[in-house]
This record gives sequence, structure tokens and C-alpha cells, in this order.
Amino acid sequence: MPITYTSGEQIEVYRFSVPVTIMVPLLALILQAFVPLRLPFFSIFDLPLLVTIFFAMARRSPIAGLLTGAVIGLVQDCLTAGPIGVYGISKTVVGFAASSLGAKIDAENAGARFLLTLGFYLLHGIVYFGVTRWLLSLSQSFSWSREILAGLANAALGVGLYFALDKLKQRA
Amino acid sequence: MEFVFSRHRNLIILLCVLFLQILGLAVQVKRSDSESSRLIRVWAVGAITPFERGAVWMQNSTRNLWHNYFYLRGVRAENRQLKEQIDGMRLEQVRLSQDAEQAHRLQALLGFKEQTIAKTVAAQVIGSSGSDLSRSIYIDKGSDDGIAQDMAVITAGGIVGKVLRVFPSTSLVLMINDQTSGVGAILEKSRLQGVLRGTPDGEVVLDRVMSDEQVAPGETVLSSGGDQIFPKGLPVGTVSKVSPGKDLFLNIKVRPASDLNRLEEVLVVTEKQEREAVATATTGRVRAADILAQRLPSVPDRPEARPQTSTAATGAAGNANGVALNSGPGAAAKPPGSQAKEPASQAVPPRNPPEAPAQNTPN
Repeated sequence: MPITYTSGEQIEVYRFSVPVTIMVPLLALILQAFVPLRLPFFSIFDLPLLVTIFFAMARRSPIAGLLTGAVIGLVQDCLTAGPIGVYGISKTVVGFAASSLGAKIDAENAGARFLLTLGFYLLHGIVYFGVTRWLLSLSQSFSWSREILAGLANAALGVGLYFALDKLKQRA
Repeated sequence: MEFVFSRHRNLIILLCVLFLQILGLAVQVKRSDSESSRLIRVWAVGAITPFERGAVWMQNSTRNLWHNYFYLRGVRAENRQLKEQIDGMRLEQVRLSQDAEQAHRLQALLGFKEQTIAKTVAAQVIGSSGSDLSRSIYIDKGSDDGIAQDMAVITAGGIVGKVLRVFPSTSLVLMINDQTSGVGAILEKSRLQGVLRGTPDGEVVLDRVMSDEQVAPGETVLSSGGDQIFPKGLPVGTVSKVSPGKDLFLNIKVRPASDLNRLEEVLVVTEKQEREAVATATTGRVRAADILAQRLPSVPDRPEARPQTSTAATGAAGNANGVALNSGPGAAAKPPGSQAKEPASQAVPPRNPPEAPAQNTPN
């Protein structure tokens, strides 16, 4: 039963088994690296980010959320040609924000999930842009229209993905 | 103090994690990136790429099974079409080989050093960085297969990128449309040189061409060889748009010759050869123009002993026909009577005027 009350004591906290905790992010990273080779448009999606948001909001623990984001982001960084830490920092912030927010509001219905994912996608983009631009001095372009479009696409995919991943949740 | 920590525990941990990562970034920027983060990359790549390799293998197996055993419709028609194409290409090859021989002779004359691809390793693309912000791919060949850092990666269409990091069985290739890449390039017709760079949007631009130069869309861009990675003359792409840029340079957008979004197989140039251009001996292969020249009537042989006046008259006649009989270096050194003993092809340069100096020089 979805709970809409904003008290932390009444919002359900979930946990995940160890295989799910490892395999789902790993699968997201593999798909993210493999599918764009065959379907170039798929690179607009950020599956590791969606998985980070899902785990963070389900666990509702800021520390678990930020650590999940940090680990997933750092592994994603390792696959790129750039320095390690850019995705790590972005996803740490998103993981922390998602779990903090998840502990306060109901995020079980599709509409809330859509809006939250869109918001977190934009937050991720802004932090990523900030890190590359001001910490690494890379010439990075930021286009609001592109980010919002990609955010909407990710939010739409995220809603479907979250409902699929809901089946893997276990009550804490 | 304890109260502050317990109250803001989450925030403090967040700041600590962020601080550590920023510290890590700073270390990587200061030191060589590949050295400072080598181990963690090896672990991550080692965890991800076996799955990608398996997925590629399964995909190829399924596709081969389908194409080789089930879906054979239209193979006859395709075969006939390909044979016609081969015939056309054979004719084209004859023409190109003649041009190449001529180019070799001219290069030898000018003492050019040419760089050729001596050895390549074919590799399958098994993964990507998965990010629009980092344009790189993983291939299924690594240091065990003789791949090393900074090797050129190409396809039949054109250049793809260079090997950035090498692992035992995989390698990371930085593509030319990544914003951190740079390739020495030259425009085919205007011979203007520039630096090919990627943009944050994944486009490719030719940098450092002055704004007062004339560059037309559609012009082919080749590798200049100046970067010491890509051999000279490999196709890079075509100019798609030219507009005024900043700092007195043109903004030239280039459409890559290789489809960088749909790469499946690539070639890694593992060995390049730099050698002096040598004119190839044409004893084995006789040019069609030579055969024609021998069969067609040409300037008749001169008699052994001829009066001085007669020789002068022949020379004058030759010049009148546009034949530069004494123009070549070899010809200048020879006595007048010896020219008549040259092959017939040299006696009829007007049939193929541009080849006349090249014909004389190797001899």
C-alpha cells in the first residue's frame, strides 16, 4: 500500500539481497556500454543513474544512497577515457539527494517518480557540467533544451524500470 | 562536537566522500592519468568487458547462423552484381596502379619518405564508454595481441581514433570525435593543414585554418601524418560546413569518413613502415600506353651515320610536334643519335604528355 504521509517513521524502508545489489548496477553498466554500439540513440539514457536513483529512494538512507551513487559512478568513470571521479561526484550527490528526498516524500506512484527522475537527471547534469568545467577546465557545453529532453526520456524509461525493479525489493 | 557530528552525520559523510573524490581528481590531473588510476581501471574493465565480449559473440553467432544458413534469398543476384562490380574495379585498379607508379617515380625523384601501413590487427568493437561526454570504444584486442598505446585505429572507410589505454585482452580507443582528441589533417585539394578535433557535442571540426582561406563544403580531408600516429593520406572525412570562427580561424565541420556511431570491426595499425620512395621496376607489367605506342607509327629510327644537317632537321621537327626531346635529364646527357634507340614509348610523348619526364628519369 503506498504511503503518502511524510513522516520518516511511517515510510517503508526496503532492502535488497546481495546478488541484486551487485548484479543490477553491473547489468546497468554493461547495457549502458554495449547497447549504444548497436542503437546509437540509446546513449541519451543513463541507466546507471536510474539505478542509483532507484536504490537510493528505496533504501531511504542518505549514507547508503551516496555510497551507492559513488560506487556506480566511479565504475562508470573507469569505462570512460576521462579522469575517474566525474561521474562519481555527480552520482554521489544524486544518491544523497534521492535518498534524503525519498525519506520525506512518497515516491511510489508513477507521477512522482517521473518528476523526481527528471529533477535528479538535471541535477546530475549540472553537477557533471560543473565538475568538468570548473574542476577539470574542459570545454563542456550545457544546453538546457537538450538536458530537459534527455531528462524526459530518462524519466519515462525510469518509471517503467522502477516498476520492474520493485519486484526485487524486500521489506526491511 | 559529538552532537554536531551525530546531527549532521549524513552531510559530513557526503562532504568527506566528495572531498576524497575531488582529491582523486586533483591527483589524476597532476600526475599522468593512466599511471595513477591504472589498477582501478583494470578491475572495472575486467569486470565489465567479459560480459560485453560474450554479448558480441552471441550476437555474431546468431547473425552468422541466420545469414549463412537460413537467409540466402537473393544471393545469386547479389553474386552477379558483385562480379560486375569486380570487373569494374579491375579496370579502375589498372588505372590507379599506373597513377601510383607515376607517383612513386616522382617521389623517388624528390627524395620523399613515405609512410605505409605494414601490419594491422583486426579487432571487434565490444563496448563503448556509454557516455555522450566521452567518445571512446573498447576493442577485443589488447597487449597480448601486440596492441600498444597510441596506435592508429582505422576502418576501410577512414580513421577512427587511437589506442588510449591497453589492457591484456582489451583496449580503449579514443575516437576522433572526442573533445580531447587531436589529429593532424590536410584538405585534399587546397592542401591546407589543420588540426582535427572533437566537440562536446560529438561533432568533428578542422581547427587552425585561417579565415582568409577558401574551403568548400564537400572537400575531402585526409590525415597529414603530422601527429606521428596516423599515416599520411588516410581518409578522415569530408567538409560539411564552413563558417567564420573565432580568433581569425575558420570553423570547419567535418563529416567523418567512418560511421563512428556504428562501428563493429576495426583495424589497429600495429606497424608502420617509413621508407624512401623507390620507383618500381616496370619490367614485369607493361603499360597499355606503352604497347600502343610500340604498335602505332612513331618517329622513325635514324640511320647510323647521318649528316649533321639531317639531325638538326629531325630535332627541329620533333620540337615542332611538341616533343621535348632534350628536356629530360637523361636525354640531355646523351648524344643526339642515341635518342633514336630509346623505346618507342619515349619517342611519342605527345600521346601522353604528363608522363614524358617520368619515363626518362628512372633510366
